Amino acid sequence: MIALLMRDLRLALRAGGGFGLGLAFFLIVTVMVPLSVGPQPALLASIAPGVLWLGALLACLLSLDRLLALDWEDGSLDLLATAPLPLESVVSVKALAHWITTGLPLVLAAPVLGVLLNLPVSGFKWVVISLLLGTPALSVIGTFGAALTVGLKRGGLLMSLLVMPLYLPTLIFGAEVARRGAVGMEIQTPLLMLAGISAASIALLPFASAAVLRINLR
Amino acid sequence: MSIWEYANPKKFITTTERVLPVLWAAAAISIGVGLVWGFFFTGDDYRQGSTVKIIYLHVPSAMLAINIWVMMLATSLVWLVRRHHVSALAARAAAPIGMIMTLIALATGAIWGQPMWGTWWVWDPRLTSFLILFLFYLGYIALWEAIEDPDTAADLTSFLCLVGSVFALLSRYAVNFWNQGLHQGASIMRAEAVIGTDTEEKVSNIFFYPLMLCIVGFVLLFVALVFYRTGTEIRARRIKALMARERVEA
Repeated sequence: MIALLMRDLRLALRAGGGFGLGLAFFLIVTVMVPLSVGPQPALLASIAPGVLWLGALLACLLSLDRLLALDWEDGSLDLLATAPLPLESVVSVKALAHWITTGLPLVLAAPVLGVLLNLPVSGFKWVVISLLLGTPALSVIGTFGAALTVGLKRGGLLMSLLVMPLYLPTLIFGAEVARRGAVGMEIQTPLLMLAGISAASIALLPFASAAVLRINLR
Repeated sequence: MSIWEYANPKKFITTTERVLPVLWAAAAISIGVGLVWGFFFTGDDYRQGSTVKIIYLHVPSAMLAINIWVMMLATSLVWLVRRHHVSALAARAAAPIGMIMTLIALATGAIWGQPMWGTWWVWDPRLTSFLILFLFYLGYIALWEAIEDPDTAADLTSFLCLVGSVFALLSRYAVNFWNQGLHQGASIMRAEAVIGTDTEEKVSNIFFYPLMLCIVGFVLLFVALVFYRTGTEIRARRIKALMARERVEA
């Protein structure tokens, strides 16, 4: 498992385009927002948590199609499926690698971009915490979407259509935590819901992803 | 005699073909009578005026939009567990109907909301969750269309339906939490209203009977459409098999 994780991480780091791309996209989206809605500090401060969440979600989504598709094309996915490691673990490791290369940098970059968006000081902590809790769910759900569409040519657009609705609960609760935290409201309920969604997705979805992948591989 | 006999495509087609004319007629009669009764023979609401009558389209389509997804979930499970092709095809046949019902509910709701709430659209939990349901239907249908191998498509869409159901339910609670709404709560079948302890928020009897007729009519129409469309899918598949066989023999 660790070997597979290291392989995926090394591929993402060295093959180019994987690691920094999601981060760069996140940056671009956040820069685009003030340019499109106007630079008023009060307006930016009120939408900052939502924009950061949406940007992180889109950056996750964009990097999904390389998650399994490359391994599918060069056949290493077939080898992984016949390996002694259960496919469920393979899928989990893939999701973990995706999170380390995409989700974690986004979490770390969010406070910096928060400055650009005039995020209130009280909000920084909650944006980081909510992203830290929520991005693993995004990676795991995304892996399910990637497994569904892995056999398709040009499945990228279809995958976005499939994955976006599945992202909605995570987005709603995550952005709610960040928004409430920024204005100093009580955040316990959405925070617990967000953590619950993450935990349940991590625990259960790899089974669905592996089952779907087996169907695609037969 | 068990329900699984109808999993045989031939038996399914012969039986549904016998039932279909009756279903079409019953659906047409109950929708026709219900709508005419509702539109012309019930009074206007004392506050809403005649706009209240859009209820006869709005409520049945909204009920079906949700229940069709539940039906697809059930048929998907049957396909995954027992591998009956008719079941998978029925789910496929039902999806576009469900999508259209969601659209009808959204459109009639907007038309009703404009004079009543003064707006076509608000981000009310019920409205939002219907929009989300529409997106789920869209993704489901797109996945069916995208995959060529029919068995793979049935398997993958079944899994999407299972996982999607969980997330659709989650979204429902999420949007409930996210925003307070304008839409009224359930007011047709509610325990308090039925036993009579709460007479406030209940649909009046004058509207209730034609509405019931319309709901029954919509359900009949849905059943007829699913039978019809499933039959079409079975035939299309049979044609494909026959053509493949001819090509092999030639």
